Amino acid sequence: MAETISRVATNEAKEFIAFHIGAQTFCIDIMAVREIRGWTPATPLPHAPSFVRGVINLRGAVLPVIDLATRLGLTQSEPTARHAVIVVQSAGQVAGLLVDAVSNILTLTPDAIQPTPEVASEIARTFVKGVVAAGDEMISVLTIQNLLPEPTLDAA
Amino acid sequence: MDPMAAIKQTFFQECEEQLVELESGLLKMEDGDDDLETVNAVFRAVHSIKGGAGAFGFDELVEFVHVFETTLDLIRSSRLAATPAVTKTLLRASDILADLVRAAREGGSADATAVQVIADELNALLGGAPRGDEEDNTISVESLDFEPVTISLDSIFDVGEEEAPATQDFIVRFKPSAGLYAKANETLRLLRELGRLGETSVECDIGEIPLLTELDPEGAYLCWTIRLTTSVSEQQVREIFEFVEWDCELSVETADVGKLLEELQESLEPREAPAERAAVAITIAEPAEKSVAVAPEPQSGPATSEDHPAAGKAEAAKGEGSGAVQATIRVDLDRVDRLINLVGELVINQAMLSQRVSEAGLSRASSVVIGLDELEQLTRDIQDSVMAIRAQPVKPVFQRMSRTVREVASMTGKSVRLVMDGEATEVDKTVIERLTDPLTHMIRNAVDHGIEKAEDRVAAGKPEEGLLRLSATHRSGRIVIEVADDGAGINRARVRQIAISKGLIPAEANLTDDEVDNLIFLPGFSTASSVSNISGRGVGMDVVKRAIQALGGRISISSVPGRGSTFSMSLPLTLAVLDGMVVTVGGQTLVIPLTAIIETLQPKKESVHELGSGARVIATRNTFTPLIDVGAVLLYRDEPIDPTSQVALLVESESGAKCALLVDAIQGQRQVVIKSLETNYGHVHGIAAATILGDGRVALILDVDAIVARPRADMIVAELPAAAE
Repeated sequence: MAETISRVATNEAKEFIAFHIGAQTFCIDIMAVREIRGWTPATPLPHAPSFVRGVINLRGAVLPVIDLATRLGLTQSEPTARHAVIVVQSAGQVAGLLVDAVSNILTLTPDAIQPTPEVASEIARTFVKGVVAAGDEMISVLTIQNLLPEPTLDAA
Repeated sequence: MDPMAAIKQTFFQECEEQLVELESGLLKMEDGDDDLETVNAVFRAVHSIKGGAGAFGFDELVEFVHVFETTLDLIRSSRLAATPAVTKTLLRASDILADLVRAAREGGSADATAVQVIADELNALLGGAPRGDEEDNTISVESLDFEPVTISLDSIFDVGEEEAPATQDFIVRFKPSAGLYAKANETLRLLRELGRLGETSVECDIGEIPLLTELDPEGAYLCWTIRLTTSVSEQQVREIFEFVEWDCELSVETADVGKLLEELQESLEPREAPAERAAVAITIAEPAEKSVAVAPEPQSGPATSEDHPAAGKAEAAKGEGSGAVQATIRVDLDRVDRLINLVGELVINQAMLSQRVSEAGLSRASSVVIGLDELEQLTRDIQDSVMAIRAQPVKPVFQRMSRTVREVASMTGKSVRLVMDGEATEVDKTVIERLTDPLTHMIRNAVDHGIEKAEDRVAAGKPEEGLLRLSATHRSGRIVIEVADDGAGINRARVRQIAISKGLIPAEANLTDDEVDNLIFLPGFSTASSVSNISGRGVGMDVVKRAIQALGGRISISSVPGRGSTFSMSLPLTLAVLDGMVVTVGGQTLVIPLTAIIETLQPKKESVHELGSGARVIATRNTFTPLIDVGAVLLYRDEPIDPTSQVALLVESESGAKCALLVDAIQGQRQVVIKSLETNYGHVHGIAAATILGDGRVALILDVDAIVARPRADMIVAELPAAAE
């Protein structure tokens, strides 16, 4: 977190990957993204939180896939091959984020990111770092750290 | 890490290797191997440790090693005979040396009194070398076949040095080449070394120095002639130049060739002449060995190969050890593991590709299919080769056991001989590392409880010396390690009685001999009526069993009263792959480790019984075993379904608890590559790890222990036949 803040403080532009979930658009820092791949059926994990879709094989590594729609409290749609999995890395942990579709890459200066408007939704306050206006659209900037499941909490 | 620490670490790594070398050499000597090369190998090992220890200032270590080295030097130059008593002391000295090295590494200190005792013993050997030999002549007539009978030139020259130093003159001609200096060697240092051996007179030949205009500043033009009067052998003189041999012209000649010839002659004559001269150092050889005595090639005494089944092996190993020194490199373990992971992925990818191709319906004769077959073959070869990198011989672990045997035998006052077989058998490094503790425990047990006291053995008509056999073999993709003693065997009546008194079995239980023997693996069982400090540490054989099972292995015991017991362990060769039963549960594919599975059952309506609310048991051959629906435990389905439509797998957990696991269907048996779930996710209850199947999907590997542990309720009593009325 400290690192993110310090980078925001400097005035240089950063790139973000934007994607859709349902009708909403979100984006995450491109530096955390390792690759984007199509959806493949995941093996469900017993005792896992509802937002963990299961695990998939990423070239020999076992990768948990997080259903972002469920994680963000949105309506979940059954994934198809057209859905995308964004592979992200955070603090040594690698995970896939299931999204409806990846739209484009944004270049944003820290000034362009506005603070998250005060809303009641706790989910919005936990995961949304700020919002960006793009035309008549609003894009929410997500923090990856909070999205991933805490390994220790999952030990049943 | 600072550079010094890195060098130190390398030193300790090398020490480990040298200690192994040292011990194996000493063991060979103990077995009657009097090859000069063996003695030299032992000497070199100790010498290297001394060198390194000196450089790092481990004074305590250096001090001890020095005495040790001096003793070995005496043996090397045949001034001290390697009698069984002497080798025993040397072996104990090597144990102390190992302790000192460990102390130096960990910054602690070794048991000073033990060090002193051995150091004193070594000093006694040193001081009393000539006298000691006389004693040996009188006391060890029956062990003469152990005596070194090699007569090498140096031994003739060295003979009797103690009383009358037999000096001789060498003419050493030494002409270094430019390469010698390029490798940072220094002539002056070599000359000084020579000077230490005796009186020298050095002449330098400057005749070859060219004119200054033609002089190559990095060239070598000097040549030295040294006349050395010394008591050491030519070999020792040559040793000084050991490291520069290839970069110089060197000749070492005795000044008095005539004298040398004469002495040679003498050595070839009937043994009496040199033996008289060498009365102090050369013990009397049996007539039969006279021919051996003059043969340049040393041989083991005839008696050794008969009662040493391992002797042939030892010979072979020696040939390997001294003949071709295999080149090795040190590689970071992480790199090897990374390679293994990559190959694991390659295997999975290859399997996926094969499946896709067969799905595409190509003809078997098509070039794609043929090419793919070749790829498969290649992939398998690569996997085997990569696994072989991690594979290591069990020798170091086995050798550590010989120390354990020595210690326990001396503590219990028993005489035990350890025979090792198949030390070259290879197994994964991790398996080896985790094998040491259970094996040590079993060895201690065997010496302490298995082998009887000397008087009992004699009374039973057995040789006084107990025999412990430690062997390793490869058997159908697994390694089988056996610990066999020729002791009294398991006292079944007592085992039974103890099991009953501790409530492990009901008093009226009707058990087969085999079942009684295996009772010793039950938790809370310990046969030692008096807890000794050797094997009684509050841990029993159940700990050994658990350790072996944690490695995916199985352990069993067979025992013949009066003839001894044999513990047999079967372990997987690697921990990276696992033999598993692939099953379907609630539409998901799961892998169950094959080692846990005892048998598969088809549940019948009449054999399944309700027990309390929701719990069910299955009756198999009059035994009731809890029935667990894997699908329900893993929450793949909410409602328990009809067991008769399913398959039950009878499994045994590491703690010995049995359970029947209900699965939907069995797909087959397969070897799978183990993948961690913890890396990116975390621990999942009931799941041990994951793997990737041929279709690219992830399958979970069931943690049988965790699944079985849930409903476990003192089943040991319930599962025995007698309890099932």
